[in-house]
Amino acid sequence: MTEQIDEGLRNELQRQGIWVTSMQELYNWGRKNSIWPLQFGLACCAIEMIATAASRYDIARFGGEVFRPSPRQADLMIVAGTVTKKMAPQIVRLYNQMPDPKYVISMGACAISGGPFKQGYNVLKGIDRYIPVDVYIPGCPPRPEALLHAFMELQRKIDSQRLTGAGQAEHLDRAQPSEFPVPAFGAHDLQPPANPDLFHPPEIERT
Amino acid sequence: MTPSPYLFIVIFCGIAFAFPLLPLALAWLWRRFFQPPKPGVEKNATYECGVESLGEAQIQFHSQYYLYAIIFLIFDVEAVFLVPFAVAFTGLPIGAFVAILIFLLLLIEGLVWAWNKGCLDWGVRV
Repeated sequence: MTEQIDEGLRNELQRQGIWVTSMQELYNWGRKNSIWPLQFGLACCAIEMIATAASRYDIARFGGEVFRPSPRQADLMIVAGTVTKKMAPQIVRLYNQMPDPKYVISMGACAISGGPFKQGYNVLKGIDRYIPVDVYIPGCPPRPEALLHAFMELQRKIDSQRLTGAGQAEHLDRAQPSEFPVPAFGAHDLQPPANPDLFHPPEIERT
Repeated sequence: MTPSPYLFIVIFCGIAFAFPLLPLALAWLWRRFFQPPKPGVEKNATYECGVESLGEAQIQFHSQYYLYAIIFLIFDVEAVFLVPFAVAFTGLPIGAFVAILIFLLLLIEGLVWAWNKGCLDWGVRV
Protein backbone atom coordinates (compact mmCIF):
# COMPACT_ATOMS: atom_id res chain seq x y z
CA MET A 1 0.00 0.00 0.00
CA THR A 2 2.47 2.64 1.07
CA GLU A 3 5.96 2.88 -0.32
CA GLN A 4 6.99 5.54 2.16
CA ILE A 5 7.22 3.15 5.09
CA ASP A 6 8.52 -0.35 5.30
CA GLU A 7 5.75 -2.86 5.98
CA GLY A 8 7.81 -4.73 8.60
CA LEU A 9 8.66 -1.57 10.48
CA ARG A 10 5.04 -0.59 10.38
CA ASN A 11 3.95 -3.87 11.89
CA GLU A 12 6.63 -3.61 14.53
CA LEU A 13 5.49 -0.11 15.46
CA GLN A 14 1.90 -1.26 15.50
CA ARG A 15 2.78 -3.99 17.97
CA GLN A 16 4.13 -1.29 20.24
CA GLY A 17 0.90 0.65 19.95
CA ILE A 18 2.07 3.23 17.41
CA TRP A 19 -0.03 3.59 14.30
CA VAL A 20 1.62 5.03 11.22
CA THR A 21 -0.44 6.04 8.26
CA SER A 22 -0.33 8.23 5.20
CA MET A 23 -2.71 10.93 4.06
CA GLN A 24 -3.84 8.76 1.18
CA GLU A 25 -4.52 5.81 3.42
CA LEU A 26 -6.44 7.90 5.92
CA TYR A 27 -8.48 9.51 3.17
CA ASN A 28 -9.32 6.21 1.53
CA TRP A 29 -10.11 4.63 4.87
CA GLY A 30 -12.65 7.35 5.54
CA ARG A 31 -14.09 7.13 2.07
CA LYS A 32 -14.47 3.40 1.88
CA ASN A 33 -16.23 3.17 5.21
CA SER A 34 -18.89 5.69 4.40
CA ILE A 35 -20.17 4.94 0.92
CA TRP A 36 -23.59 6.49 0.51
CA PRO A 37 -25.62 4.69 -2.14
CA LEU A 38 -28.23 6.39 -4.25
CA GLN A 39 -31.68 5.29 -3.20
CA PHE A 40 -33.18 3.89 -6.33
CA GLY A 41 -34.21 0.47 -7.51
CA LEU A 42 -35.45 -0.70 -10.85
CA ALA A 43 -36.79 -4.22 -10.52
CA CYS A 44 -36.63 -7.37 -8.42
CA CYS A 45 -32.93 -6.85 -7.62
CA ALA A 46 -34.02 -3.78 -5.69
CA ILE A 47 -35.88 -6.08 -3.29
CA GLU A 48 -32.61 -7.86 -2.59
CA MET A 49 -30.95 -4.48 -2.17
CA ILE A 50 -33.62 -3.51 0.35
CA ALA A 51 -33.06 -6.79 2.17
CA THR A 52 -29.34 -5.99 2.24
CA ALA A 53 -30.07 -2.65 3.83
CA ALA A 54 -32.47 -4.14 6.38
CA SER A 55 -31.67 -5.77 9.68
CA ARG A 56 -30.85 -9.31 8.63
CA TYR A 57 -28.01 -8.49 6.25
CA ASP A 58 -27.36 -4.97 7.53
CA ILE A 59 -25.19 -3.09 5.06
CA ALA A 60 -24.56 -0.61 7.89
CA ARG A 61 -21.78 -2.92 9.02
CA PHE A 62 -19.87 -1.67 5.98
CA GLY A 63 -20.88 1.95 6.29
CA GLY A 64 -23.31 1.93 3.40
CA GLU A 65 -26.64 2.30 5.13
CA VAL A 66 -27.22 5.96 4.30
CA PHE A 67 -29.28 5.61 1.14
CA ARG A 68 -29.59 9.11 -0.25
CA PRO A 69 -32.67 10.18 -2.18
CA SER A 70 -30.64 12.85 -3.96
CA PRO A 71 -27.83 12.13 -6.43
CA ARG A 72 -25.99 15.18 -5.13
CA GLN A 73 -25.26 13.39 -1.89
CA ALA A 74 -24.58 9.91 -3.20
CA ASP A 75 -21.25 8.18 -3.84
CA LEU A 76 -22.51 4.91 -5.22
CA MET A 77 -25.15 3.98 -7.72
CA ILE A 78 -26.47 0.45 -7.40
CA VAL A 79 -28.16 -0.31 -10.71
CA ALA A 80 -30.51 -2.91 -9.28
CA GLY A 81 -32.67 -4.46 -11.92
CA THR A 82 -33.76 -4.46 -15.53
CA VAL A 83 -32.89 -1.24 -17.31
CA THR A 84 -35.54 -0.48 -19.85
CA LYS A 85 -34.71 1.80 -22.73
CA LYS A 86 -37.26 4.22 -21.36
CA MET A 87 -35.37 4.37 -18.07
CA ALA A 88 -31.80 4.48 -19.38
CA PRO A 89 -31.62 8.25 -20.06
CA GLN A 90 -32.84 8.95 -16.55
CA ILE A 91 -30.18 6.68 -15.06
CA VAL A 92 -27.43 8.36 -17.06
CA ARG A 93 -28.75 11.74 -16.01
CA LEU A 94 -28.77 10.71 -12.35
CA TYR A 95 -25.25 9.40 -12.71
CA ASN A 96 -24.18 12.69 -14.26
CA GLN A 97 -25.62 14.56 -11.32
CA MET A 98 -23.63 12.61 -8.77
CA PRO A 99 -20.49 14.36 -7.54
CA ASP A 100 -17.07 12.80 -8.03
CA PRO A 101 -15.76 10.37 -6.89
CA LYS A 102 -18.67 8.16 -7.86
CA TYR A 103 -19.00 4.43 -8.29
CA VAL A 104 -21.43 2.08 -9.93
CA ILE A 105 -22.40 -1.47 -9.00
CA SER A 106 -24.19 -3.31 -11.77
CA MET A 107 -26.41 -5.66 -9.82
CA GLY A 108 -27.85 -8.74 -11.44
CA ALA A 109 -27.95 -10.26 -14.88
CA CYS A 110 -30.29 -7.60 -16.28
CA ALA A 111 -28.13 -4.63 -15.37
CA ILE A 112 -25.09 -6.46 -16.74
CA SER A 113 -26.45 -7.66 -20.06
CA GLY A 114 -30.23 -7.57 -20.18
CA GLY A 115 -30.38 -10.96 -18.48
CA PRO A 116 -33.46 -13.09 -19.14
CA PHE A 117 -35.07 -10.14 -20.94
CA LYS A 118 -32.17 -9.67 -23.34
CA GLN A 119 -34.37 -10.45 -26.33
CA GLY A 120 -36.90 -7.84 -25.27
CA TYR A 121 -37.24 -4.92 -27.66
CA ASN A 122 -37.42 -2.45 -24.80
CA VAL A 123 -34.58 -3.75 -22.60
CA LEU A 124 -31.16 -2.16 -22.49
CA LYS A 125 -28.48 -4.80 -22.89
CA GLY A 126 -26.35 -3.68 -19.99
CA ILE A 127 -25.96 -0.35 -18.26
CA ASP A 128 -22.23 -0.34 -19.04
CA ARG A 129 -23.16 0.85 -22.51
CA TYR A 130 -23.64 4.33 -21.09
CA ILE A 131 -21.92 4.64 -17.72
CA PRO A 132 -18.69 3.10 -16.38
CA VAL A 133 -19.34 0.21 -14.01
CA ASP A 134 -16.94 -0.65 -11.17
CA VAL A 135 -18.34 -3.94 -9.90
CA TYR A 136 -20.58 -6.43 -11.64
CA ILE A 137 -22.59 -8.98 -9.63
CA PRO A 138 -24.05 -11.88 -11.54
CA GLY A 139 -27.23 -13.51 -10.31
CA CYS A 140 -30.92 -13.37 -10.95
CA PRO A 141 -31.33 -11.76 -8.53
CA PRO A 142 -28.05 -11.86 -6.61
CA ARG A 143 -28.50 -12.70 -2.96
CA PRO A 144 -27.79 -9.99 -0.37
CA GLU A 145 -24.50 -11.72 0.43
CA ALA A 146 -23.48 -11.16 -3.18
CA LEU A 147 -24.27 -7.47 -2.90
CA LEU A 148 -22.26 -7.31 0.30
CA HIS A 149 -19.41 -9.01 -1.50
CA ALA A 150 -19.64 -6.44 -4.29
CA PHE A 151 -19.61 -3.74 -1.66
CA MET A 152 -16.45 -5.18 -0.16
CA GLU A 153 -14.87 -5.38 -3.60
CA LEU A 154 -15.71 -1.74 -4.11
CA GLN A 155 -14.14 -0.91 -0.75
CA ARG A 156 -11.04 -2.75 -1.88
CA LYS A 157 -11.01 -0.70 -5.06
CA ILE A 158 -11.40 2.58 -3.19
CA ASP A 159 -8.65 1.55 -0.81
CA SER A 160 -6.28 1.00 -3.73
CA GLN A 161 -7.00 4.30 -5.44
CA ARG A 162 -4.01 6.59 -5.38
CA LEU A 163 -4.08 10.31 -4.83
CA THR A 164 -0.89 11.17 -6.66
CA GLY A 165 1.61 9.84 -9.14
CA ALA A 166 1.14 7.22 -11.79
CA GLY A 167 -2.03 5.18 -11.39
CA GLN A 168 -3.80 8.15 -9.88
CA ALA A 169 -7.53 7.67 -9.37
CA GLU A 170 -9.47 8.49 -12.51
CA HIS A 171 -11.71 11.08 -10.93
CA LEU A 172 -8.66 13.17 -10.01
CA ASP A 173 -7.74 13.50 -13.65
CA ARG A 174 -9.05 16.85 -14.80
CA ALA A 175 -9.44 15.63 -18.36
CA GLN A 176 -11.55 12.66 -17.32
CA PRO A 177 -15.20 13.49 -17.92
CA SER A 178 -17.62 13.46 -15.04
CA GLU A 179 -20.67 13.50 -17.27
CA PHE A 180 -21.55 11.10 -20.00
CA PRO A 181 -23.85 11.87 -22.92
CA VAL A 182 -27.47 11.04 -22.23
CA PRO A 183 -28.97 8.80 -24.92
CA ALA A 184 -32.03 10.09 -26.73
CA PHE A 185 -35.08 8.17 -27.90
CA GLY A 186 -34.65 7.32 -31.57
CA ALA A 187 -37.13 5.83 -33.99
CA HIS A 188 -36.32 2.23 -33.03
CA ASP A 189 -33.63 2.35 -30.40
CA LEU A 190 -31.76 4.68 -28.11
CA GLN A 191 -29.42 7.00 -29.97
CA PRO A 192 -26.57 6.20 -29.77
CA PRO A 193 -27.11 2.50 -28.89
CA ALA A 194 -23.92 2.63 -26.80
CA ASN A 195 -21.34 5.20 -25.81
CA PRO A 196 -18.42 4.37 -28.15
CA ASP A 197 -15.88 5.90 -25.76
CA LEU A 198 -17.01 3.65 -22.98
CA PHE A 199 -18.40 0.44 -24.32
CA HIS A 200 -15.81 -1.98 -25.63
CA PRO A 201 -17.34 -5.43 -25.67
CA PRO A 202 -14.90 -8.28 -26.18
CA GLU A 203 -14.65 -9.50 -29.74
CA ILE A 204 -16.02 -12.99 -30.12
CA GLU A 205 -13.76 -15.16 -32.21
CA ARG A 206 -15.43 -18.04 -33.96
CA THR A 207 -13.04 -20.82 -34.83
CA MET B 1 3.40 44.07 34.84
CA THR B 2 0.18 42.12 34.83
CA PRO B 3 -1.58 41.67 31.51
CA SER B 4 -4.79 43.47 30.90
CA PRO B 5 -7.81 41.46 32.06
CA TYR B 6 -9.30 41.97 28.60
CA LEU B 7 -6.38 40.21 26.93
CA PHE B 8 -8.05 36.88 27.57
CA ILE B 9 -11.08 37.97 25.61
CA VAL B 10 -8.84 38.90 22.69
CA ILE B 11 -7.13 35.50 22.84
CA PHE B 12 -10.48 33.78 23.15
CA CYS B 13 -11.79 35.63 20.09
CA GLY B 14 -8.70 34.63 18.12
CA ILE B 15 -9.20 30.97 18.96
CA ALA B 16 -12.90 31.24 18.25
CA PHE B 17 -12.13 32.51 14.76
CA ALA B 18 -9.36 30.01 14.08
CA PHE B 19 -11.42 27.03 15.24
CA PRO B 20 -13.88 27.03 12.34
CA LEU B 21 -11.64 28.76 9.81
CA LEU B 22 -8.80 26.25 10.03
CA PRO B 23 -10.83 23.19 8.94
CA LEU B 24 -12.46 25.28 6.22
CA ALA B 25 -9.05 26.34 4.95
CA LEU B 26 -7.83 22.75 5.05
CA ALA B 27 -10.91 21.58 3.16
CA TRP B 28 -10.32 24.32 0.60
CA LEU B 29 -6.72 23.24 0.17
CA TRP B 30 -7.75 19.61 -0.20
CA ARG B 31 -10.30 20.57 -2.81
CA ARG B 32 -7.66 22.46 -4.79
CA PHE B 33 -5.47 19.41 -5.17
CA PHE B 34 -7.67 16.33 -4.81
CA GLN B 35 -11.14 17.41 -5.82
CA PRO B 36 -11.02 18.83 -9.34
CA PRO B 37 -14.30 20.61 -10.03
CA LYS B 38 -16.19 19.13 -12.94
CA PRO B 39 -19.30 21.16 -13.53
CA GLY B 40 -21.56 20.39 -16.44
CA VAL B 41 -24.97 21.05 -17.86
CA GLU B 42 -26.54 17.98 -16.27
CA LYS B 43 -24.78 18.37 -12.97
CA ASN B 44 -25.80 21.99 -12.60
CA ALA B 45 -29.41 21.28 -13.52
CA THR B 46 -31.94 22.45 -10.95
CA TYR B 47 -33.90 19.25 -10.66
CA GLU B 48 -32.39 16.00 -9.55
CA CYS B 49 -35.04 13.39 -10.25
CA GLY B 50 -33.46 12.21 -13.49
CA VAL B 51 -36.19 13.64 -15.67
CA GLU B 52 -35.53 16.75 -17.69
CA SER B 53 -37.58 19.71 -16.59
CA LEU B 54 -40.07 20.99 -19.14
CA GLY B 55 -41.53 24.47 -19.45
CA GLU B 56 -41.85 27.10 -16.79
CA ALA B 57 -42.44 26.57 -13.11
CA GLN B 58 -44.59 29.69 -12.78
CA ILE B 59 -47.76 28.59 -14.53
CA GLN B 60 -51.20 30.05 -13.86
CA PHE B 61 -54.45 28.24 -13.45
CA HIS B 62 -57.24 29.42 -15.69
CA SER B 63 -59.42 31.80 -13.70
CA GLN B 64 -62.47 29.86 -14.90
CA TYR B 65 -61.35 27.03 -12.67
CA TYR B 66 -62.98 28.66 -9.63
CA LEU B 67 -66.42 27.88 -11.03
CA TYR B 68 -65.63 24.18 -11.07
CA ALA B 69 -64.29 24.49 -7.57
CA ILE B 70 -67.49 26.16 -6.32
CA ILE B 71 -69.78 23.64 -8.01
CA PHE B 72 -67.70 20.84 -6.59
CA LEU B 73 -67.88 22.40 -3.14
CA ILE B 74 -71.70 22.52 -3.24
CA PHE B 75 -71.96 18.82 -3.95
CA ASP B 76 -69.22 18.03 -1.51
CA VAL B 77 -71.27 19.64 1.27
CA GLU B 78 -74.38 17.92 -0.04
CA ALA B 79 -72.69 14.55 0.46
CA VAL B 80 -72.15 15.45 4.12
CA PHE B 81 -75.92 15.85 4.53
CA LEU B 82 -76.79 12.83 2.41
CA VAL B 83 -74.85 10.30 4.45
CA PRO B 84 -76.74 10.86 7.76
CA PHE B 85 -79.94 11.08 5.74
CA ALA B 86 -79.27 7.68 4.22
CA VAL B 87 -78.31 6.17 7.59
CA ALA B 88 -81.47 7.43 9.33
CA PHE B 89 -83.69 6.89 6.28
CA THR B 90 -86.09 4.27 7.69
CA GLY B 91 -86.80 6.17 10.89
CA LEU B 92 -87.46 9.57 9.30
CA PRO B 93 -90.86 11.28 9.32
CA ILE B 94 -92.28 12.34 5.98
CA GLY B 95 -91.56 16.01 6.71
CA ALA B 96 -87.81 15.41 6.98
CA PHE B 97 -87.87 13.38 3.77
CA VAL B 98 -89.61 16.19 1.89
CA ALA B 99 -87.18 18.72 3.38
CA ILE B 100 -84.10 16.85 2.15
CA LEU B 101 -85.76 16.33 -1.21
CA ILE B 102 -86.30 20.08 -1.56
CA PHE B 103 -82.69 20.62 -0.54
CA LEU B 104 -81.53 18.21 -3.23
CA LEU B 105 -83.81 19.76 -5.85
CA LEU B 106 -82.44 23.21 -5.07
CA LEU B 107 -78.89 21.99 -5.63
CA ILE B 108 -79.80 20.13 -8.80
CA GLU B 109 -81.57 23.22 -10.07
CA GLY B 110 -78.40 25.18 -9.39
CA LEU B 111 -76.40 22.65 -11.36
CA VAL B 112 -78.83 22.80 -14.27
CA TRP B 113 -78.63 26.58 -14.21
CA ALA B 114 -74.82 26.52 -14.22
CA TRP B 115 -74.80 23.90 -16.93
CA ASN B 116 -77.13 25.95 -19.12
CA LYS B 117 -75.00 29.00 -18.56
CA GLY B 118 -72.05 27.07 -19.92
CA CYS B 119 -70.00 26.92 -16.72
CA LEU B 120 -69.05 23.32 -17.41
CA ASP B 121 -67.73 24.01 -20.89
CA TRP B 122 -64.04 24.56 -20.53
CA GLY B 123 -63.68 26.39 -23.81
CA VAL B 124 -66.47 28.94 -23.27
CA ARG B 125 -65.65 32.03 -21.26
CA VAL B 126 -68.47 33.13 -19.03
